[in-house]
Amino acid sequence: MSAEAHAGNRYYIPNGTHWPIIGSVGLFTTAVGAATWLEDMDFGKYLFVLGLLILFGMMFGWFGTVIRESLSGTYNTQVDRSFRWGMTFFIFSEVMFFGAFFGALFYARVFVQPWLGGASNSLFTNLLLWKGYEPTWPSNGPAGLGGAFEAMKPLGIPALNTLILLSSGLTVTLAHWSLKEDNRKKLIFFLSLTVILGFSFVVLQAHEYIHAYTEQNLTLGSGIYGTTFFMLTGFHGLHVTIGAIMLTVILVRAIRGHFTPQNHFAFEAVTWYWHFVDVVWLGLYIFVYWL
Amino acid sequence: MSTVAVAHEHHAEHPRGIWRWITTTNHKDIGTLYLCFSLLMFFVGGAFAMLIRAELFTPGMQLMDPLFFNEMTTLHGLVMIFGAIMPAFVGLANWMIPMMIGAPDMALPRMNNWSFWILPFAMLLLLSTLFMPGGAPAGGWTMYPPLMLQTGIAFPFTIFAIHLMGISSVMGAINIIATILNLRAPGMSLMKMPMFVWSWLITAYLLIAVMPVLAGAVTMELMDKYFGTSFFNAAGGGDPILYQHVFWFFGHPEVYIMILPAFGIISEIIPTFSRKPLFGYSSMVYAIASIAFLSFIVWAHHMFTVGMPLAADLFFMFSTMLIAVPTGVKVFNWTATMWRGSLSFETPMLFAIAFLFLFTIGGFSGVMLALVPADWQYHQTYFVVAHFHYVLVTGAAFAIMGGVYYWLPKWTGHMYNEKLAKTHFWLTAISANVLYFPMHFLGLAGMPRRIPDYPVQFTDLNQIVSIGGFVFGASQLLFVACIILCVRGGKKAEARVWEGAHGLEWTLPSPPPYHSFTEPPAPNLIWAHPYRND
Ligand code: HEM
Ligand SMILES: [Cu+2]
Repeated sequence: MSAEAHAGNRYYIPNGTHWPIIGSVGLFTTAVGAATWLEDMDFGKYLFVLGLLILFGMMFGWFGTVIRESLSGTYNTQVDRSFRWGMTFFIFSEVMFFGAFFGALFYARVFVQPWLGGASNSLFTNLLLWKGYEPTWPSNGPAGLGGAFEAMKPLGIPALNTLILLSSGLTVTLAHWSLKEDNRKKLIFFLSLTVILGFSFVVLQAHEYIHAYTEQNLTLGSGIYGTTFFMLTGFHGLHVTIGAIMLTVILVRAIRGHFTPQNHFAFEAVTWYWHFVDVVWLGLYIFVYWL
Repeated sequence: MSTVAVAHEHHAEHPRGIWRWITTTNHKDIGTLYLCFSLLMFFVGGAFAMLIRAELFTPGMQLMDPLFFNEMTTLHGLVMIFGAIMPAFVGLANWMIPMMIGAPDMALPRMNNWSFWILPFAMLLLLSTLFMPGGAPAGGWTMYPPLMLQTGIAFPFTIFAIHLMGISSVMGAINIIATILNLRAPGMSLMKMPMFVWSWLITAYLLIAVMPVLAGAVTMELMDKYFGTSFFNAAGGGDPILYQHVFWFFGHPEVYIMILPAFGIISEIIPTFSRKPLFGYSSMVYAIASIAFLSFIVWAHHMFTVGMPLAADLFFMFSTMLIAVPTGVKVFNWTATMWRGSLSFETPMLFAIAFLFLFTIGGFSGVMLALVPADWQYHQTYFVVAHFHYVLVTGAAFAIMGGVYYWLPKWTGHMYNEKLAKTHFWLTAISANVLYFPMHFLGLAGMPRRIPDYPVQFTDLNQIVSIGGFVFGASQLLFVACIILCVRGGKKAEARVWEGAHGLEWTLPSPPPYHSFTEPPAPNLIWAHPYRND
């Protein structure tokens, strides 16, 4: 389990590690828990939570090891570059994950709606199955699943949330500049501001969801509109939450004096992630709330 | 402190026994784990295939009920793709890429460990469904809704297994990209990289681009089944065809994920045994890159019969046929490499030549399938099964086997038994054709795929196919025998195992040291690779 590692002037190769196998057990437990829970077995939820706890423990331990190694100066610039490539492509994979859901939204709006209404070569689909259905958006489909609902509007909370996320992108950049100037006070100030903005977004989003369920009759079951709305904003909200937690970790580390103007990859990785979450939101705001 | 010295001191400290394999961060250990796991899964998936062929030996139902038959075709596909072929390529990448680019190890060794160790758990999730009430998933490896949504308890287990495999693949791919972009020895520019490394760089990019899309597709199914969403439900304004689009946006690049590294291996083997540099190195690189690019815009050739607008059918027909161009460039270049070479026919070369012929047959049947009006006839018949087994078994799997024989002496320090290996090759190559070639005729005559029974006029061809299948399956025991014998002993292998082999991996002793290159190799060695005359 030794976290001890050796670094030459050129290459860094860590010793064996037990964190991955703990992570795998955690993933497995989470998956079995979730699957059995979904199939209405009571013990499922306990397994699921247990799995998540194992995963959190693993991340704590693994990142802890990496932070200790980083602080002790084990890493050279080559390791730093590997981390950078790793984070870049991780974010790319996330972009593609969101791409699948955006693709579903566009497909549903551009193709499925007109086809259900009989366009292209789908005349008989309309005549035989959904006679009289007029394509619209927002739509809960020809069967009107979930009943009448009130769609989201771009003004109000969503606009406020846009403002919040955009300003948080600004404050995190200011924090980065302060770090590069070696001004820790300013760094901590702007980073705290970013964390506050991040969590405010999550709170407002939760408020919006509650409102949708209780006042607008807009739920996951509200046909394709409810589906795409909640899945896209839900996954995004999850990412904002994760990002805000990561920002908090970075804040704590900044308070403990972990970063130097030259050496702060973890900080930058979190800012990249935060900007990515930001850009996804812009896409959401335009295509889900606005157009 | 000097890296070399430290690396050697550490050698002694490594944990022993099972704990070593569980905690290892070494690219060779992890490569070995991947390869052994893949071999195991090859036999698990193979056992399912034997059951399928046994049931299809005669018309009528004999061994199993139709549901179980469908479970077998589904699991056979999933296990072979995610358990056998993909991990085998990742294992080869782990073993060879650091040695080929003059690096000590992979760029992110701990994550490397995790990429592997997720896999056994994912397969456990998937295979455990066999023992669940309602049985394993039976909707085919493509998992189309609404059929897939009728799966019982196995459903969420299958979905989560896919998620775990996706996480594993993406992490493995990130690692490979970081290694290639960051750990190349000084002097090895991108255009001096060995072909296998190039093929993996592009494959890794494809993996990161499409595995998340598969995760998205199966997540949508999960949500539809348990949370009342309407992605694939027309009543709510969704569309089951949407799933097919999302799935094949993953699925077609996925088939290239399973063939590009094979192209890389073949591009290593053929120059070695032709004793000539690879013909047209840069055109090979551009061909792989264009195949990768095109693979993103051809996906709906799997959906010609779902009733897309004509314009879509035409677009996907032409884009698909376009892929034949860079593929043709590759086949031409391999042939030109052999032209006037001083050829010798050791087992890896036999597999490479067989690949060349048989993969090309698969490519041709692919072009036939790409023709919309023809595909309306061929779709969902055994013709498609013939096509993808030519590209995946006599293509991808042959390249893996050839690669294993090619590098086994390097890994173990022993030569394998050439006679036994050649027996394995001939039995495999002949039985594979007995197994897959008649499937073309069955498909053209109208036999549908994924069906446990058939009209009597298909009996003869099915029996030939089944016999080919049993021989093919049994022959693979020889493969295992060759590997085990080679690990245990044999003639001592030299550093440069093959007379015509060039490249950094052959400058290391066989077996290579625990940390491959603890110091970057001298730049003049880098030029000595099999692609340039200079
Ligand atoms: C010249 C190149 C190729 C062309 C033009 C081509 C074309 C096609 C077409 C049109 C289909 C759909 C047939 C149908 O379902 O009606 C198909 C299916 C398939 N191809 Fe290819 N293909 C090519 C190469 C490959 C390669 C290299 C692989 C894998 C290594 C591959 C694997 C598959 C698989 C697995 C399927 C069947 C998927 C399923 O329905 O389960 N193909 N191919
Ligand atoms: Cu395809």
